[in-house]
Amino acid sequence: MSAPAMGTSKTAHDSSNKKKRGPGTLATAYLVIYNVVMTAGWLVIAVGLVRAYLARGSYHGLYYSIEKPLKFFQTGALLEILHCAVGIVPSSVVLTGFQVMSRVFLTWAVTHSVREVQSEDSVLLFVAAWTITEIIRYSFYTFSLLNHLPYLIKWARYTFFFVLYPMGVAGELLTIYAALPYVQKTGLYSITLPNKYNFSFDYHTFLILIMISYIPLFPQLYFHMMRQRKKVLGHVDEYSKVE
Amino acid sequence: MSRTTFFEVEILDSKTKEQLCFLDKVEPHSSIAEIKSLFHKSYPKWYPARQSLRLDPKGKALRDDDILQNLPVGTSASIYFKDLGPQLGWTMVFLVECLGPLLIYLLFYLRVPYIYSKKYTFTSSTHPVVSLACACHSFHYIKRLIETIFVHRFSHGTMPLRSIVRNCAYYWGFAAWLAYYINHPLYTPPSFGERQVNYALIVFVLCEAGNFSIHWTLNSLQCEGAGSKCRRYPRPSKNPFTWLFFFVSCPNYTYEVGAWVGLSIMTQCVPVALFTLVGFAQMTIWARGKHKTYIREFKDYPNLRMPILPLIL
Repeated sequence: MSAPAMGTSKTAHDSSNKKKRGPGTLATAYLVIYNVVMTAGWLVIAVGLVRAYLARGSYHGLYYSIEKPLKFFQTGALLEILHCAVGIVPSSVVLTGFQVMSRVFLTWAVTHSVREVQSEDSVLLFVAAWTITEIIRYSFYTFSLLNHLPYLIKWARYTFFFVLYPMGVAGELLTIYAALPYVQKTGLYSITLPNKYNFSFDYHTFLILIMISYIPLFPQLYFHMMRQRKKVLGHVDEYSKVE
Repeated sequence: MSRTTFFEVEILDSKTKEQLCFLDKVEPHSSIAEIKSLFHKSYPKWYPARQSLRLDPKGKALRDDDILQNLPVGTSASIYFKDLGPQLGWTMVFLVECLGPLLIYLLFYLRVPYIYSKKYTFTSSTHPVVSLACACHSFHYIKRLIETIFVHRFSHGTMPLRSIVRNCAYYWGFAAWLAYYINHPLYTPPSFGERQVNYALIVFVLCEAGNFSIHWTLNSLQCEGAGSKCRRYPRPSKNPFTWLFFFVSCPNYTYEVGAWVGLSIMTQCVPVALFTLVGFAQMTIWARGKHKTYIREFKDYPNLRMPILPLIL
């Protein structure tokens, strides 16, 4: 099952390891509870999706059956920024903030705000990608905190992203693209001149710029995960040879 | 009869470790600055400001005033070289960063073609506050340019080209953004009319005067050397504007924020307020750094002083 050597391998990335100053016992207990709750939450979403699919017989419009838990648990991830800021998780506030805010943006400022896209299939694409990713990620953190990380979870975390990342990105981009005509028509979240604060904002253009920003950002994140994979899973072969 | 032992210095590329230059008969009391100019003779394109010399390829750069014989090397020294890329002197940097916003704002004020719709090209705004804002904005940057040329003494020699491009993008971009709205044909003057504009103008003028007084005071401190080692920390003088030194370490930043707050209220324009906010955040970071340095260097540094905002921050 899990060779003890694996559990203590040098994954400085993301596991709150006790080698550095690390969180205290209270913080660790809190983090375990947090990660367990998040794992459970995303499992609820996963189960919700499956049940809705079985009940309806099609995979269209499944968003409505998991809308509330999706909003709740994805928004709850904002706490992770706090964890980094306070120092109980050794990740960068800026990086974590960026990742969480992009998810929250898609959940609220696109999918929630533009009703017409909620029935699009692209929504299912990114929700499914997020769900599987988060279940693996939060259980990874839970087990790491308890110092009992099954190799399967670690392997899954650093392997599934090959498919899930592009899947999620595709779903997100298609959803934003689908929202564009409605945003332009209704002038959603936009301010025009003249107004007494002498400011203007065009949400339609803003969304297009967001889509363009995926071009430089996505490859960077993707290759970063690939490098992490080499670092984390890379020396597995040596261990098996030695044993 | 005493014989001076000369040093041999070989300069190696810190990445490839190949020998770039070999200097023999180097005086033991030569400084790194002198070695840099010797190296420059062999490689004219690497002027001294571009050179980073270290004893270890991954180590810290040696200072220009380090003396060769005081370094932990034998009489045969290996020094590693790294190219810092094209550099620009601080004076040039400030000139470029200030000229940009000055000229860009004027382009918008004059409503040159292709910015606003064709019928507004080269027209002028009907609101007096727009002309006033242009005058204030231009005054701010002209004052900066004059200070750069005649008042400031800069500590570090140069800045790398990449940083300059980034800084210019920021200053020039923001200037264009706020100028676009202030000079827009659909600009709305402040809600409280002339009174708001006049009060804001007073704030702006006072803060500009304050900022200049502080720069003047800092200039007349006796500081020597490139590392800004000053014998004394700045204190309040007879000039009332310098009395802010009782309360803050960096009143020049305080006044700068004040001037931009004045301009924000005068124009009642969100982009100006945003620029003020970002500038305030950045200057607070700089002020805190400076404040820490003062505390570290001067044991009798006054307790009452805060970095940038009296009693608060």
